[in-house]
Amino acid sequence: MLHMKEIRLHGRGGQGTVLASQILVSAAVREGKYGNAIPFFGFERRGAPLAAFVRFDEKRIREKTQIYTPDCVVVMDPTLVHASNVFDGLQEGGAVVLNDRKMPEEAKLPTTVGRLGVVDATGIALEVLGTPITNTPMLGAFVATTSWIGLEALLSALQEMMRGKQADANARAALLGYERTRVLDMQPGRAEAHLL
Amino acid sequence: MSGTTTDDEARVVRPGRIAVIDGNMAAAWGAKLSRPTVLAAYPITPQTPLVEYLSTFVADGELDADMVEVESEHSALSVLQGASLAGARTFTGTSSQGLALMYEPYIRTSTLRLPIVMAIVTREVISPQSVWGGQQDAITVRDAGWIQIYVEDNQEILDSIIMAYKIAEHPDILLPVNICYDGHYLSHVADRVEIPAQEDVDRFLSPYSPSHIKLDPRTPMSVDPLTPGDILMEYRYKHVRAQARAKRVIEEVDEEFGRIFGRPYGGLLERYRLDDASLALITLGSTSGTAKVAVDAARNRGVDIGLIKLRALRPFPREELFEALHGKAAIGIVDRNVCFGWMTGVVYAEVCAALRLLPDQPPLIDFVAGLGGADITFKHYERAISLLQQAASGRTVAEVTWLGIDFEPGEEP
Repeated sequence: MLHMKEIRLHGRGGQGTVLASQILVSAAVREGKYGNAIPFFGFERRGAPLAAFVRFDEKRIREKTQIYTPDCVVVMDPTLVHASNVFDGLQEGGAVVLNDRKMPEEAKLPTTVGRLGVVDATGIALEVLGTPITNTPMLGAFVATTSWIGLEALLSALQEMMRGKQADANARAALLGYERTRVLDMQPGRAEAHLL
Repeated sequence: MSGTTTDDEARVVRPGRIAVIDGNMAAAWGAKLSRPTVLAAYPITPQTPLVEYLSTFVADGELDADMVEVESEHSALSVLQGASLAGARTFTGTSSQGLALMYEPYIRTSTLRLPIVMAIVTREVISPQSVWGGQQDAITVRDAGWIQIYVEDNQEILDSIIMAYKIAEHPDILLPVNICYDGHYLSHVADRVEIPAQEDVDRFLSPYSPSHIKLDPRTPMSVDPLTPGDILMEYRYKHVRAQARAKRVIEEVDEEFGRIFGRPYGGLLERYRLDDASLALITLGSTSGTAKVAVDAARNRGVDIGLIKLRALRPFPREELFEALHGKAAIGIVDRNVCFGWMTGVVYAEVCAALRLLPDQPPLIDFVAGLGGADITFKHYERAISLLQQAASGRTVAEVTWLGIDFEPGEEP
């Protein structure tokens, strides 16, 4: 039994953050769960920081609010960690999924983090898609870090919401994101208790 | 499902297809399944995707309707007036300043008694410039003679649009209906929605066949001639009586829809954990879901609170509110709008009027919240419930609290 999970995605305009949030909901629903995704309502500008709020549950989700105390934070763009308070409110033992070439210094992470997933999503996006749109490798990294949805559901949701060659390339990017993510339990014991 | 249970055993129809769609797509599906034959709409945030989805349905041949390209909201509704007079089932949608520009044909639509269904994707009105949620647009036009129903989630958008045609076209009613759903907080939220099968909707909703008025070149008639006051008064009286009858029809249609599709919504209003509660909240629109979660949490702490989700703002369920709130110790209203002359929200003012004859007048408290896309949070509800408890215990509590700003009324900078 999955208890409601709240996930906050941080990205920049043009990185596909809102689409990623919709793919996550679609994947959860494929597994028979409920889910909804609320994009942050800001100005739609390429490069501007933005967020999307995703909830999963086994039952209908009633909340229609933004997420202030997430179980998981996903950061699509490495520069956002320094630019805004992306970790605000992270639950004790919660998960953080970062796009970075190297493991971050522990001092830069929130003290509450229970599990960390790190992947060079920009590198994968450039390699597979030829453009630094990091949303689909980060979705693979999210699945590798949390296991809250299955890889199969993610890939089939992605195939449904994209078309043709774009869908195939993004599925490959998501799979590489999944395979190349380094997952680290920061507080063994606590993380398992929270993340299950 | 908005506080109601979906029991597969109770269904007459098989479950529909499960999809993840945003509120605008839910509205487009509600319209498509109702088989309108004429559409006209002018794009405005946050309704724009609704226009795109409808255009795509028509262009792909999935919806057999004429989509009329217009240059303004005024023209959009004027086109539908002509189409409706000629016997077509019609659909449109708008928001905020678009609704403002539409006001002239808007009031004529209800006074012509045309059963047009229109989504209002509620958005703050300007100034200052804002494209985000808020119900000021729809609420400001509440007295223009339309039926207005406010909904909580994407499933209720889809289902309510189908029901809206059955209400609007009912021979005892013949009034236009607005289905009002929150801009961004529903229009742009992706959620799990069940899309009913077309043949099941067809069984629920018959084709529109007007009998009272129809533009037909073979039998010419004059529509809307200059009318003296004594006859105009009779028109208005009959219009008001139709609004009164609509209360019964809204309840009947909701009951029938619930029986067939397994999703009743409560008709004019939904009662949530209300009957054994001494405190009550009243909400309108998408914030009702968050409010229900807050009510559940308060119940777990031992606070006996319940909720009324108001669905119909017009006709206003005066007697039903009176009956549901009789005996409550304190009542709080959440208003995503402002009633400028009352210095409160609109729903508060109307609930006050509806409850004027309650014995032992309970304290009524208003919470103005969520204007211009501001979030109405769980913490806001905790604060509101705490103030309700204080009021019920005899403490003096301010008539209005603006949730989300940090000064008390009267102490503003």
